[in-house]
Amino acid sequence: MRQQLASAATRAVNAASRRLGRGQGTVAGGRAGLRLDPKLLEHLSAGRQVALVTGTNGKTTTTRLLTVALGATGDEVVSNETGSNMPPGHVAALAGSRATRAVLAVDEVYLPRVLTATAAAAVVLLNLSRDQLDRTNEVRMVAGRWRAALAAAPHTHVVANADDPLVAWGASVARDVHWVGAGLRWQLDAVGCPACEGRIEFGEGGWSCAGCGFARPETEARLVHSAGGMPSGEWADGRTYPVRLALPGRFNQANALMAAVAAEACGVDALIALQAMEQVEEVAGRFTVRPIGEAQARLMLAKNPAGWDELLDLVAGSDAPLVVSINARVADGADPSWLWDVPYERLAGRTVVATGDRYRDLSVRLHYAGVAHTTEADPVQAVVRAADGTGAVVDVIGNYTAFHDLLGAPR
Amino acid sequence: MSGPLRVAVVYPDLLGTYGDGGNGLILARRAEWRGLDVELLQAVSDRPLPEADIYCLGGGEDGPQVRAARTLVDDGTLARRVQGGAVVLAVCAGFQVVGRSFPGADGEPHEGVGLLDIETLKGAGPRAVGEVVAEPEGIEGLPVLTGFENHGGHTMLGEGTVALGRVTAGIGNGDGGRGEGAVAGHVVGTYLHGPVLARNPGLADVLLAWALQGAWLEPLDDSASEGLREERLGTMRRKRLRRRT
Ligand SMILES: [Zn+2]
Repeated sequence: MRQQLASAATRAVNAASRRLGRGQGTVAGGRAGLRLDPKLLEHLSAGRQVALVTGTNGKTTTTRLLTVALGATGDEVVSNETGSNMPPGHVAALAGSRATRAVLAVDEVYLPRVLTATAAAAVVLLNLSRDQLDRTNEVRMVAGRWRAALAAAPHTHVVANADDPLVAWGASVARDVHWVGAGLRWQLDAVGCPACEGRIEFGEGGWSCAGCGFARPETEARLVHSAGGMPSGEWADGRTYPVRLALPGRFNQANALMAAVAAEACGVDALIALQAMEQVEEVAGRFTVRPIGEAQARLMLAKNPAGWDELLDLVAGSDAPLVVSINARVADGADPSWLWDVPYERLAGRTVVATGDRYRDLSVRLHYAGVAHTTEADPVQAVVRAADGTGAVVDVIGNYTAFHDLLGAPR
Repeated sequence: MSGPLRVAVVYPDLLGTYGDGGNGLILARRAEWRGLDVELLQAVSDRPLPEADIYCLGGGEDGPQVRAARTLVDDGTLARRVQGGAVVLAVCAGFQVVGRSFPGADGEPHEGVGLLDIETLKGAGPRAVGEVVAEPEGIEGLPVLTGFENHGGHTMLGEGTVALGRVTAGIGNGDGGRGEGAVAGHVVGTYLHGPVLARNPGLADVLLAWALQGAWLEPLDDSASEGLREERLGTMRRKRLRRRT
């Protein structure tokens, strides 16, 4: 009774907030529901097959890919892909749907709580690196909490990136781990062994700790790039499937392979899953070209050094004008010092406009990186100025709220 | 000085969080822009610490911090180079590491390198997180200091060690006084991130001048940093005014 009331309250607040034009209303509705029934997430998960996706980078994209994959056989799938990654967002998504399958993106810190509440069938662990340190979720501590939660969830299929030592440490205590060789470009947060604090050496086929012998686990599937050819997923049992995405970037191919292995753990064939993912062209506004002011822009989101590292790679080699937008609001973390961990030196020679609430922090960083740039406080004006009336599509990379500001900018 | 000016970022693999590696880059660029020959060294923890003229230590997590302190004590180079006049900028976990002792994850004290007569204890309250403004005290001629702090320790200064500044906003050392950071000789410790030298180019030039035995440094175009300082300090002034009204 209490649960039905709470669930109805969530739906009511969601609907009201949508009518008022306050977005999906997911957080407000979910909070209202959880206040009435603190066990609402448990209740709403009962009778559904729930898959969770967590990690520092790639949660939203992987959630979208896995949602499409699990829907490939015709089942209805609910997900929180445009909402919040915390319990109110999960509650709001589930309350509005009768789907028997659910895919939830989960904030790294909330994974233990959400895993217990949903009794998830599968958990995807993408990667773990520094993000918003002023909230003190130091990465090793987070990995430690994952470890405790996963040890207590013996019926959950854990799909884990074997190339990330922190993820491997978090997952290694789980009873049923599907290790995936998804790659790890950003290794700076992983050089200290999470098991013994010795030094982790990265080499050709993996990594290992000289101190305690903790090493990269054998994988069930891995991402392979043949010279010049299509990337593919290679399974240890001999299967090889192409990973052919409309989404750009190596990191998205890695996300797709993780999603394919998770789909298989949830009963959907990996090949069918990968084929379904080919149709995904945008994820919550990312990667698509859209009008901003009088200009055309391709919006991209990077919220921490590891994410920037991947995106700088993606835009390297292009000579499109580039706008970089940085905020430091609550959702971004109040300290943009991480800008100094991003290799902005790679942008030397590009036309760059710095914008966002904290364009001055970015400007100092670019100054010392030797990147010529101009500054413009207003993000829309920055995009227009970067296009300079040439009609060129402007690449725009923003951190979390900076990206969402531009996504919501009037056309 | 013969040979290039050597700036070493100490153990970026252990003390590499919070973007403090930027301090080394800023020192190197500011020397380069003045026509000096500079070498920027990333000194990883599994090799002997290289000989350098300026050492920069940054923030880090509890486990790696303990490891960094132990490795620096065993290595011995840092203490020896400071005896020989080398300059040190130590931030946050690095600040605690160059003191006499600091708490590990369990709160137990660990031995530091002892370059500064300071002692850090585990704080009882919540972490000090937020913007800091400090009037400079330990170094003459600096403009007001600005930065972002994020630490849980309380740092007590011993005899003969002075604070880098007096906080007018934020927590700083959290020792009951309003001190922020510490200075003794050519060793500077601070809790300020940003990184601290991006927000305070004047402090960068003091460190360079020390390393260059007081050589005159021609002024640089610091308009980007000036803009950042004005905006940060202005934001804090407005916050204070709002609180008063
Ligand atoms: Zn180890």
